Amino acid sequence: MNLIEKKFRDLRQRNKKAFIVYIAAGDPDLATTKRLILELDKCGVDIIELGIPFSDPMADGPTIQAASNRALKSGTTVRAIFAMAGSLAGTIRAALCVMTYYNPVFVHGLQRFVKDAKHAGIDGIIVPDLPCDESGDLVRLGRRFNFSVIQLCAPTTSSGRLEKIARLSTGFIYYVSLTGVTGARASLSADIDKNVRRIKKITAKPVCVGFGVSNPKQAKDIVRYADGVIVGSAVIRIIEKNLGKAGLVKNVGRFASRLRRAI
Amino acid sequence: MQPDRKGYFGEFGGKFVPETLMAALTELEREYRLARRDRRFKKELAYYLADYAGRPTPLYFARHLTDAMGGARIYLKREDILHTGAHKINNTLGQALLTLRMGKKRIIAETGAGQHGVATATVAALFGLNCDIYMGTEDIARQALNVYRMKLLGARVVPVESGSKTLKDAINEAMRDWVTNVGDTHYIFGTCAGPHPFPEMVREFQSVIGREARRQILGREGRLPDYLVACVGGGSNSIGLFHEFYNDKRVKFVGVEAAGLGIKSGKHAATLTRGHVGIFHGSRSFVLQEDDGQITIAHSISAGLDYPGVGPEHAYYKMTGRARYVPVTDREALEGFQALCNIEGIIPALESSHAVFYALRLAKRLTRRHIIVVSLSGRGDKDLDIVRGALKLG
Repeated sequence: MNLIEKKFRDLRQRNKKAFIVYIAAGDPDLATTKRLILELDKCGVDIIELGIPFSDPMADGPTIQAASNRALKSGTTVRAIFAMAGSLAGTIRAALCVMTYYNPVFVHGLQRFVKDAKHAGIDGIIVPDLPCDESGDLVRLGRRFNFSVIQLCAPTTSSGRLEKIARLSTGFIYYVSLTGVTGARASLSADIDKNVRRIKKITAKPVCVGFGVSNPKQAKDIVRYADGVIVGSAVIRIIEKNLGKAGLVKNVGRFASRLRRAI
Repeated sequence: MQPDRKGYFGEFGGKFVPETLMAALTELEREYRLARRDRRFKKELAYYLADYAGRPTPLYFARHLTDAMGGARIYLKREDILHTGAHKINNTLGQALLTLRMGKKRIIAETGAGQHGVATATVAALFGLNCDIYMGTEDIARQALNVYRMKLLGARVVPVESGSKTLKDAINEAMRDWVTNVGDTHYIFGTCAGPHPFPEMVREFQSVIGREARRQILGREGRLPDYLVACVGGGSNSIGLFHEFYNDKRVKFVGVEAAGLGIKSGKHAATLTRGHVGIFHGSRSFVLQEDDGQITIAHSISAGLDYPGVGPEHAYYKMTGRARYVPVTDREALEGFQALCNIEGIIPALESSHAVFYALRLAKRLTRRHIIVVSLSGRGDKDLDIVRGALKLG
């Protein structure tokens, strides 16, 4: 059992829900990312998703695109992200996973990527452009190295595919709340509830909801039926607004605390 | 060459897209397979290709060019004569008819040079579909005339500001639109790249080029050509010409890539010559990329070749040695452009000019007994501003 799986076991025992935050590693630089991780951990975030920037983020809206660009501009590489994550060993309670597109993983070499990530204390990966049909190699390595390969499903996913995704996914199942790209939305789709229940009927694995979640009220609604909630763009908007300001980390922490209390 | 069930040509191809799109790709593949066996669909497509687009296009024996080079006999497959000015209409007619079959009301597309955008806007007007075309602002600036043409045809041209502001970013943005509006929208992908079934499907719609050329050259010369030469950006006109000759092992294929300012300059779009295997825009193929897997910004004088990816079937052709891929620089392409203007009175697209240049060089090394067929994929009207900036005439 890796740290992500342990988190869900503990949360379930305490009848609590997972609070997951996405930030783009290296936005605006890796030193800030490290401080943000420490702050988010202090605020009680259960899992921190570190985005590894990619030049062509097909599944992302303008907010995360801009964050990826800032990260690439500051010279962020896979190796540097792993080194930064590794330097946190033993100092945080939150579990770490990475979210990135398939090419940076493929070019790094799948096995080397998984081993290097594990070595840096990272326990899972989410790859938005790697559907379950193409994920065989990564899933096998994940099993071997106790590394969660978190699969995504969407409102357009058929029942047949859903079963396959539920079977292959490890750590948790990422339910994409909307038909679209990442980005904070004022209101959420009405069928999230129904779709999450549909997934939970076929699997005992935790189901967490992401894409579009922007405020404590939405998060609170979602955890009534889901096992956790993922907030990305809304956090990055705060980073964006505070670029170059001393209060950046503190303001992100304040927002995270508000979300934590709602969840 | 047919891809396997998962859309792979050897190790290249596949479907690397967000889960949200998987249902749409499955539906598209199903409709496409049904349509291929549907006589009414085939008849309708054949009708539009003939009476609307102007097929078959001639296979023109370029006698003057042949004499000037003093070597192999050069034939030009005249896709430049087609309605809208390039081969792109072969594919957009096919995909628009599929859109109607699927009951979708809106089409979107990416465009680089603007030729695919114009061909998509054209079928949108023809079939009464709503149409948004994504185009990088860099390309909007260098292909202003095509932007105006698309607007005249009733399409909305959406400027793309992200990344290199060229074709690759237009594809990213079109993909994001598709992910959001997949319920009522079909994405008419313009080249033989992207996720399965696009590489196979676009190739099939473009194969009409090779089917005609094969029949025409047999009628004219009584034998198959020695060489087929075509430019490769994403690779749709070249694969359209090559495919029908795949099993004719004595026919050599040459794909001509854009070497921009030179292969060693770092400013080029020679993906198969200089790229590495990676995953980009939905499939596994060759990609111009950095060590860390970030996609490199390509460069070419021709917007249609200015792309850091390439179709997976070309990657397979390269790895198996079925085709050879050669680089031709901006400057050389302009030489090919001028030669065709002066010697044959044909103004070619800058994309096609790359193939023309290589064919001329190849012809010189061969003898009158040899035959070269060149894909003249488009006409050059759209490029006159760029050429005027690059060539000073007396």
